[in-house]
Amino acid sequence: MDGQWLQFLASGLTAGSIYALVALGFSIIFNASRVINFAQGEFVMIGGMSAVSLTATGMPMPVAIVGAVLIAGVVGLLLERFAVGRARKADVVTLIIITIGASIFLRGLAQLVWDKRIHALPPLTGDRPIEFFGATILPQSLWVIGVTVAIVAVLFWFFNRTLLGKAMLATSYNRMAAQLVGIEVRTVLFASFGLAAALGAIAGVLIAPITFTSYDTGIMLGLKGFAAAILGGLGSFPGAIVGGLLLGLLESLGAGYVSSAYKDVIAFVIILAVLFVRPDGILGALKSERV
Amino acid sequence: MSERDPAAPRWWAAPRTGGLATLALIIALTPFALANNYFYDVAILVGLNAIVCVGLNLLIGYAGQISLGHAGFFGLGAYGSALLASRYGMPPLAALAATTAAVALVALLVGRPILRLKGHYLAMATLGLGIIISIVLANEDGITGGPDGMPVPPLTVLGWTVQGEQVWYWVIGGCLLLAVWLALNLIESPTGRALRALHTSEVAAEVVGIDSARQKLKVFVISAVFAAIAGGLTAFYSGFITPEKASFMRSVELVTMVVFGGMASTFGAVVGAAVLTILPQALTVVKEYEMVVLGAIMMATMIFFPRGAVPTIGAWLARRSR
Repeated sequence: MDGQWLQFLASGLTAGSIYALVALGFSIIFNASRVINFAQGEFVMIGGMSAVSLTATGMPMPVAIVGAVLIAGVVGLLLERFAVGRARKADVVTLIIITIGASIFLRGLAQLVWDKRIHALPPLTGDRPIEFFGATILPQSLWVIGVTVAIVAVLFWFFNRTLLGKAMLATSYNRMAAQLVGIEVRTVLFASFGLAAALGAIAGVLIAPITFTSYDTGIMLGLKGFAAAILGGLGSFPGAIVGGLLLGLLESLGAGYVSSAYKDVIAFVIILAVLFVRPDGILGALKSERV
Repeated sequence: MSERDPAAPRWWAAPRTGGLATLALIIALTPFALANNYFYDVAILVGLNAIVCVGLNLLIGYAGQISLGHAGFFGLGAYGSALLASRYGMPPLAALAATTAAVALVALLVGRPILRLKGHYLAMATLGLGIIISIVLANEDGITGGPDGMPVPPLTVLGWTVQGEQVWYWVIGGCLLLAVWLALNLIESPTGRALRALHTSEVAAEVVGIDSARQKLKVFVISAVFAAIAGGLTAFYSGFITPEKASFMRSVELVTMVVFGGMASTFGAVVGAAVLTILPQALTVVKEYEMVVLGAIMMATMIFFPRGAVPTIGAWLARRSR
């Protein structure tokens, strides 16, 4: 009985890590372009599905993972170059429709390239559950949480220590000023789509052994990632991580203690409640409207 | 009497007279092109979607407030009407009216806190609201029949049963005309002007004395009512409903119709509904490519015609005639 809440905590953190990675992708693209990329979930799907296909050709797992992340990254870059980047002056609703169109397009493409069936990816290190104070934890869960922590550390280094990372941050603070000090805003935009896609793909590869993957897994994961980014405060990286973990925990505890059929309802009701109290998310900066 | 304002369009070019007459003419003449009941069915679906879109356009196009959850109101309208008519034996029209009133109340209650949010936060909140409604409809299988859906009794008005595609066509056609007429009048009213003002700048609108929260709430409720009525009519027409009708993808479809046709254009909303209802039907010929083609068309139209079909064509015609 004691292990129960630990069990929920573990599954909540696992799902939450994935949401955090997707939410980081949302925030990175939003910071560079003020666009909400509703195709973010499709990067997760492309990552998972590509890894399945590449391992099926006999590639060793690490190579397949790198390949899957690269494929998703290229799709992200193409999406920026041929769709979003071409409609920069369009208004918010128009941009939302473009990225939703892109997500439908990519889902349709995935249906053609692969199929409509559900695929499983073998876990990174076996599937013997680990006993831990009465809770049973899948080794893959530890991978998910561990890799997410590592990625957050790498991102921290990237945004604080590298020139491109700093340029991306500068652009998010003030696009015009960034341009004036010689930052190539176009490159930043391009890079942010690549980076967001790669993060999505890593999430897809990590979660595929646990929840499986198919051409339509991106819809719900994309929405959850968006919800997490909003919950934490859109554009805030710490916010994305907090939002993701919180959403994962809410879902897992809601499913465990209240009703599994209503876990998404519980999560969304709480998100709405948070937004009513804090209209800019938990860690979002309260902004006043410019006239 | 006063002289005609030279800047105002002639009666045949003004939306409330010429536009409405053109729409009535199109509705009256379309049956000549409808070869069989399948075509009638598609035309009816166009009309039902157009009613939702005309309402949604008031919210998105005029007031500038996005909603990614209007399929939820559509679903509530459909299920409410169906349940009251079948389980509680209410006369269908009374069921539709009671449901619409209930949906208006729901929109009024949730609209107040939701409309305080802006931009992407508003998108998220409305999306969440829609998802909550659709999950509840799918999970309460004791009442709603769950994911498999539920049957709906036919629409009877004073002992006369509305049945058959050809009769329904005229009913929906009439409702659409009424919806467009109401929307056009609202746009020309002080409310319409207030909405356009707050779309441009909420602060500026408040400075000149517009209660923007109240105006936004008003149009939110109106758009929810349009969606609920269309939902109820859809339930009675098709005789069967599923939670699919309230899903997130359905909300997206509705917004896409509005934006595709052209924001802040009532006839644009109708055109958008027509094109995006007919297109997937046409694409069933190339079943496996349906999603790819649909996605590509959505992206391409928004990239090349960000203002939507009707305003773009209108601007082109205006340039030609000059």
